[in-house]
Amino acid sequence: MIWFVAALLGMAAIAWVFRFAGQTVTGNAPRFRDMPYGVAYGYVLGTVVVLWLAWAYMQGRSEDTAIANKFFFLRIAIEGFIIFAIAAWLFRILGRTVGTAWSRKMFRSMPLTASFGILTILIYAVLTVFSGLIAPHGQEEILQGVAANVPAGTDPNYPFGTDQIGRDMLSRLIYGAQNTVGIAFLTTVLAFLLGGTLGFTAAVFGGWLDQILSRAVDVLMAIPSLIFALLLMTIASVWAPQLGIPLTVFMILIIAIIDSTRVFRLTRAVGQTIVVMDYIEAAKLRGEGHGYLVFKEILPNATAPLLAEFGLRFCFVFLTIAALSFLGVGIQPPLADWGTMVRDLGNLIAFAEYAPLAASVPLLAAGAIALLTVAVNFVVDWMLHKSSGLKE
Amino acid sequence: MGNVLTIILQRLALGALTLLIVSIVIFVAVNLLPGDFAQNILGQGATPDAVASIRRDLGLDQPPLTRYFDWLGGVLQGDLGTSFAQANFASFTGTDSGATTVAAQIAPRFANTMFLAMVTAIIAVPLSITLGVLAALYRNSVFDRAANITTLSSISSPEFFLAYILILFLAVLNPILPSLSNIYEGMAFSERLQKSLLPALTLTLVVTAHMMRMTRAAIINLLASPYIEMARLKGLSPMRVIVKHALPNALAPIINVIALNLAYLITGVVVVEVVFVYPGIGQLFVDSVKIRDIPVVQACCLIFATAYILLNLTADIMSILSNPRLRHPK
Repeated sequence: MIWFVAALLGMAAIAWVFRFAGQTVTGNAPRFRDMPYGVAYGYVLGTVVVLWLAWAYMQGRSEDTAIANKFFFLRIAIEGFIIFAIAAWLFRILGRTVGTAWSRKMFRSMPLTASFGILTILIYAVLTVFSGLIAPHGQEEILQGVAANVPAGTDPNYPFGTDQIGRDMLSRLIYGAQNTVGIAFLTTVLAFLLGGTLGFTAAVFGGWLDQILSRAVDVLMAIPSLIFALLLMTIASVWAPQLGIPLTVFMILIIAIIDSTRVFRLTRAVGQTIVVMDYIEAAKLRGEGHGYLVFKEILPNATAPLLAEFGLRFCFVFLTIAALSFLGVGIQPPLADWGTMVRDLGNLIAFAEYAPLAASVPLLAAGAIALLTVAVNFVVDWMLHKSSGLKE
Repeated sequence: MGNVLTIILQRLALGALTLLIVSIVIFVAVNLLPGDFAQNILGQGATPDAVASIRRDLGLDQPPLTRYFDWLGGVLQGDLGTSFAQANFASFTGTDSGATTVAAQIAPRFANTMFLAMVTAIIAVPLSITLGVLAALYRNSVFDRAANITTLSSISSPEFFLAYILILFLAVLNPILPSLSNIYEGMAFSERLQKSLLPALTLTLVVTAHMMRMTRAAIINLLASPYIEMARLKGLSPMRVIVKHALPNALAPIINVIALNLAYLITGVVVVEVVFVYPGIGQLFVDSVKIRDIPVVQACCLIFATAYILLNLTADIMSILSNPRLRHPK
């Protein structure tokens, strides 16, 4: 702690010297003359951080395993960051040269974060759809002739080891994509169908129907969503065995209903701004029905905000499902899913210093969740920025 | 001033009404359970006599409406009912130490959770406002972009991912802080603080990101106004323009966001408490969900919802109060 403060103070001194030296050497060039002290400090701080990361990376590659293990995770993080940055950059170049004129134009104005997001989403989509082909073993397959609890990194056939009843961890991680992402996607679509239909209905018809729906949604939104989901899951877990319906189905319905309230709010608001437009009035005067109004007039004009909302809603649903699974009431075994894996394997992190590979399995599962939501958020951020036309 | 008072009273009445309806929703949801409490307590091999006697003891033979008002009346007097798990345990061992009521179980844990939320708020609020002001000051610079990417990532990561990353770096690889928050009564304050620092840091990461982005956006929104331009033309330094001229006017949205994020803490706390085995109300809630201890689930749910509604109400009232056009009507 003392060292940390001392380092910060030391950097403050270096920053002052840096600016002063810059001013003297360049003969008061505007760049240095007008540089605020904060900016000079920022340069020094940035340099120190980059140098420290480089040092930590070299430590991670050190011969001594004790030191290498200590910096293993930083090393992997740095390597991952660089690889992803390069991949996103290459992907953007690819997008700029290949494809239709429209897509090329889109890629030209795209920041690196957005192209990283799109690339990551594509990778997850492939993993989700083809996990059966990619994974070397089945998710519920108990391998014959293989010990249970093989630690990660000891057997080249099972790079991430096996779990407590001898199932291949790598395959379960890959199948986790199918179950976690697939179920989250399905839930989001359901939430959109429900919330979108009701929202547009409320916007088009108005009156008492709008009042009833809006007040009902207000009440449901007054309860924090994760808490409400947990309460309903408790009740569903009693009903599920009696009705013979898997708990996962209940979970999909519960989360879809809870999240549809948020979708309802947005579609109603968007719908209401469109309903008062002149072209809607014209369509009404032509004698078009409500169905025509919603599908041919309102929906095409509401695509952009709805698409952005779909991305954000997907993130929320995905995180809620992961949290529920992590708490032990979400996706049920034997289905492999990332939230449950993190909960089951979380203890391994305590052995990070001795067996970094084993400790990385729960982090990989949790990181897989984080990576997808970060990617979707980057893309949505870019889309919103583009459609709002904000420059500053 | 009378105008503002009416608006605030309206909001308060609306909040009370929402609470009432939410309590009905929770009560109805719990009553959707198949079978009833008595059967759940006694398990499979219950004799009809025993079931009937427990039903009478707990008042389950009354019609739902009576039970609802009994429950609500009890809640208002601080009586949240009897915990199944504890009642079971007490009847099993033949000792009734008085810890079977839900209120006795929840009270110490509620204090713990409040402590955690307080520590988080003390770290997160100044940090996020400082960072937000800096990001607005150096907007579109490398610092701003890096802050943007970092905050977006930490908002969108699941809480348990951030928690495990912090455990990995601050507890396992560099043993600075304990990774388990086993807090008990009568613990020294400093030790208690140290044990709850890691969960508090995790929650800080989650809420700081959001608050900082909103602070930045609120300030940047104002930078186009004529009076800011005037301040700039007077030759004030950018720092002074932002801190003295923009920040006071941006306070309303910032206070609003802080209150909303404290409300968010209420839900975030559940996962984080489970990761760190922090003996707060969130962990109790999850444990009760798993063993289907309905009275506890019901009570926790009500407490969470109340805190959430109250904080949202506070945000609402704060933003009304901080709007000078409402405070000084023509």
